[in-house]
Amino acid sequence: MTYAENGMPQKNPLSAQIDLSKFSTVDFTPATEEEKKQQEVMGESVSFFKDGCRRLMKNKLAVGSLIVLVLLVLTIIFVPMFVPYGYEEIIQVDGRRDKTAANLTPFQWSERESQYMEETGEKLFPHILGTDNMGRDYFIRVVYGTRVSLAVGLVASVMVLIIGLLYGSIAAWCGGTVDLIMMRLVDIIYSLPDTLLIILLSVVLQETLDPLISGVSFLKDLGTNMIALFIVFALLYWVSMARLVRGQILTIKQNEYVLAARTIGTPSGRILRKHILPNCLSVIFISVALQIPSAIFTESYLSFLGIGVKVPMPSLGSLANEARDGLSSYPLKLVFPAVVICLIVLAFNLLGDGLRDAFDPKLKR
Amino acid sequence: MSETVKNNQEPKYILEVRDLHTTFSTDQGGQVNAVNGVSFALEPGKILGIVGESGSGKSVTAYSIMDILSDNGSITGGQVLYKGEDITQWDQKKMQHFRGKCCSIIFQDPMTSLNPVFTIGNQLMEAILLHTDRNKAEAKARAIEMLQLVGINEPEKRIKQYPYELSGGMRQRVMIAMALACEPDILIADEPTTALDVTIQAQILELMQDLQKKLGMAIIIVTHDLGVIASMCDEIIVMYGGRVCERGTADDIFYNPAHEYTKGLLRSIPSGSRMKERLVPIGGTPINMLDLPAGCAFCPRCDSAMKICLREQPQEIQVGENHYASCWMNIKKAKEGK
Amino acid sequence: MANNEYLVQVEHLKEYFPVRAGFGRTIPLKAVDNVSFSIRPGETLGLVGESGCGKTTVGRTLLQLYKPTGGRIIFDGQVIYDSGEQYDENGRLKVDANGKPILGKKVQADMLPYRKQMQMVFQDPYSSLNPRMTVEDIIGEPLDVHKLCKNKKERRERVMELMELVGLNAEHAMRYPHEFSGGQRQRIGIARALAVNPKFIVCDEPVSALDVSIQAQVVNMFEDLQKKLGVAYLFIAHDLLVVHHISDRIAVMYLGKMMELADADELNDNPIHPYTQSLLSAVPIPDPKTARASQRIVLEGDVPSPLHMPSGCPFRTRCRYATEQCAKEMPPFTDRGNGHFVACWNK
Repeated sequence: MTYAENGMPQKNPLSAQIDLSKFSTVDFTPATEEEKKQQEVMGESVSFFKDGCRRLMKNKLAVGSLIVLVLLVLTIIFVPMFVPYGYEEIIQVDGRRDKTAANLTPFQWSERESQYMEETGEKLFPHILGTDNMGRDYFIRVVYGTRVSLAVGLVASVMVLIIGLLYGSIAAWCGGTVDLIMMRLVDIIYSLPDTLLIILLSVVLQETLDPLISGVSFLKDLGTNMIALFIVFALLYWVSMARLVRGQILTIKQNEYVLAARTIGTPSGRILRKHILPNCLSVIFISVALQIPSAIFTESYLSFLGIGVKVPMPSLGSLANEARDGLSSYPLKLVFPAVVICLIVLAFNLLGDGLRDAFDPKLKR
Repeated sequence: MSETVKNNQEPKYILEVRDLHTTFSTDQGGQVNAVNGVSFALEPGKILGIVGESGSGKSVTAYSIMDILSDNGSITGGQVLYKGEDITQWDQKKMQHFRGKCCSIIFQDPMTSLNPVFTIGNQLMEAILLHTDRNKAEAKARAIEMLQLVGINEPEKRIKQYPYELSGGMRQRVMIAMALACEPDILIADEPTTALDVTIQAQILELMQDLQKKLGMAIIIVTHDLGVIASMCDEIIVMYGGRVCERGTADDIFYNPAHEYTKGLLRSIPSGSRMKERLVPIGGTPINMLDLPAGCAFCPRCDSAMKICLREQPQEIQVGENHYASCWMNIKKAKEGK
Repeated sequence: MANNEYLVQVEHLKEYFPVRAGFGRTIPLKAVDNVSFSIRPGETLGLVGESGCGKTTVGRTLLQLYKPTGGRIIFDGQVIYDSGEQYDENGRLKVDANGKPILGKKVQADMLPYRKQMQMVFQDPYSSLNPRMTVEDIIGEPLDVHKLCKNKKERRERVMELMELVGLNAEHAMRYPHEFSGGQRQRIGIARALAVNPKFIVCDEPVSALDVSIQAQVVNMFEDLQKKLGVAYLFIAHDLLVVHHISDRIAVMYLGKMMELADADELNDNPIHPYTQSLLSAVPIPDPKTARASQRIVLEGDVPSPLHMPSGCPFRTRCRYATEQCAKEMPPFTDRGNGHFVACWNK
């Protein structure tokens, strides 16, 4: 046998260990290349984006949040078309103000409304969440409040993204003294107490903005206070975004593929565009998704303090503030806007976390 | 089957691993069978080398013995016998005692395996106090003694230093001192010199050999470096795709390999007389542990793969005195020889 | 000065990095100090040394990825960088009465045309490829930058050709790097370097991150490509066995200084510098009988910090033969016959 030739002592001959008759000679013919290839199949091609989406879809909490957010957005877009009440209008029956319609509980009609329905046989649209103390439909006010809050959150985050991205990439790309000065400026802004700053800015901005936008009808519709809020958030939160962007770019600059691009002779602009920005985008978008709830939160507490959007425009915070007065008698008035705030903030946070788990390259592998 | 001799005698093997299976669950819901039926035995005072490429399951085998797998991994089958007792059945408390007192491990990266906020003396003494009933002063004396043993000069001064003040080689020495402080029977070294430079690697290997002679513990070296294995080990296990391809003495493996993978591995490194000859690489790409072939894990890359290799996993058979291999080629030869 | 026998000539190359030492002061970290070597067309020069010895910096400075602090780089007869420093026959810097170096003509060539001729292959197959680009775009980038292809079709054909050249399946051109194994990624990196038809490639530890069985594939490919295309390599690695296998000549560096340079076999059989001797004996040989028989020369101590370099020869703190002279002055890098250069006072 083969092993005896090597001078190896043979304690156990192979035949004692294994039944050789089990195998036919065909088993020991060489396998073809194709047969071997079959064992080694490369998986289906997936891009980074597709791969991330697949992982996001596996995350039940994130998908749930996404559904909640989509439902919310659909609601605030389409519901006002179907509900016959306005957010600032006091309920009228038969063209006259309905004084009995204040502080109704959900799905309750006021005396005059019931009377009217009995008389005409016409069915009035129900007050799904009741009415407020001035006799306005509360459901539509919550819907408009959500609209305002979401708009503030989204627009503020986009503005933060634009300013932060520009500032951060300039600082990181130039480096040296430019970077030093720009980042010290960020440090100074960062060290200012933000609540105080927001309050001061929103007061000052509202006054200065008024004459500026009165000419532009589109801006006028939006309202001075809303625009002031956008600007306040953008001015306040861009610093952390700028820091994040700068940090990301500096990390990615260390990668060997950037060095490889320089070896090839790729010009700086192309390196930034092709190699650096695409690789920090995912982290930046995740941070934007996490920024939205914090903007909504800030808007809510500003409105709660009474310096947010102006009456009669509702926001979730101001609705909660109004509800505070009759808290002991009508606690539901506080519950509805509070629940919506919680839903939005929670959904954005969970979605942001899910996005990070799915797309952040650092957490991969 | 068991060669452990009970009664009035020490068991022949200090550590026996029988048909060990370790599985990790992935976040995609899949399972990775990192270790698929690994068996080997370690005699007291011997140096055993586990060699394999990345993903071969060599480190996971070591971690399974120590029961220090990450949260998504678990031992799903087999036994690990320490002096004849199955330690996979032991509870946390007993395992705590086992780690350190009976079996210690040193890791690849000496930069991250020491806690940066404590002095090295502090960390050494903690290990000693945890596993022995020495008091603080005795522990300190022991710590200094250990540092002296691993060749660190001025140990009285060094125990007050923080890890960042030491070089990579020094840190690995401290790690060894820590691992040996409680006189374990087994020292597992997981890629102990991979992160170090050649000259420092030589120092550490020399030190480990010296300490083995002085203290007489058994050592398991896990590495991908055939050079380290050749110069250190009495016995060698070659792993591929979570399975043992071949095990035997160092001479068996290097001069009389009985598995196609081992043969390929030895051909693919430049050495001695064949220095300027063209290398003979193993073709193909490394194994994908998520998608193991049905038959021999190595068959997609094997030049002499046969039909049966694609279909069935080869059994481990004895090919020499202490030399075992799982390769169909051996069975083919046996059949032809008949 | 230009000598056409050599493709690349590096003379007295210096690369100092400023390191902050607090209070706005900086001290120079001499990553590369007075390194000279030259590479013939189609030749492989191996560069070995321990981590932190400056071998990677040599490669990067040579390609002007870092701005050199001093020295001269000549490529294909053209001076592409010259700090203007002048040296006498003994390799000492010429200085004026005040100790300031006498400066000649300074040269700093525009690198873009040279980027087509000098390329680099990187160590880490994971971080050297942009994860957001397809293989086609990665290999095609040098073609775009140097406008080597007229249209999309031509570019695609060239990319396919390059992929086949390095042994990749051209059907995988639209895939992303993370779908490939380490060895395949390294092949993509090599294809990118070859896209511009370079005459010279710096290989910065190209096989260190790969498994043993894959290393051999890549090493063989380097050799095949050299035969086919006639490129010269500067092969940087710490694995002496691989370097010995692939190189025609080998240079040994220690703490930013060149210690020894000789023919690969000559260096292996007859190392002169004590550092080379101990480096060679420290390499674990994959052969149990030889390993048992050989005695390692184990070096005492650690590599000193490059910030606090010993005076004179940097190796003297660990050298068995160190004398007073070693502490006084760095030994000159002299030819001991047959192109065997050594920097050591010991004869």
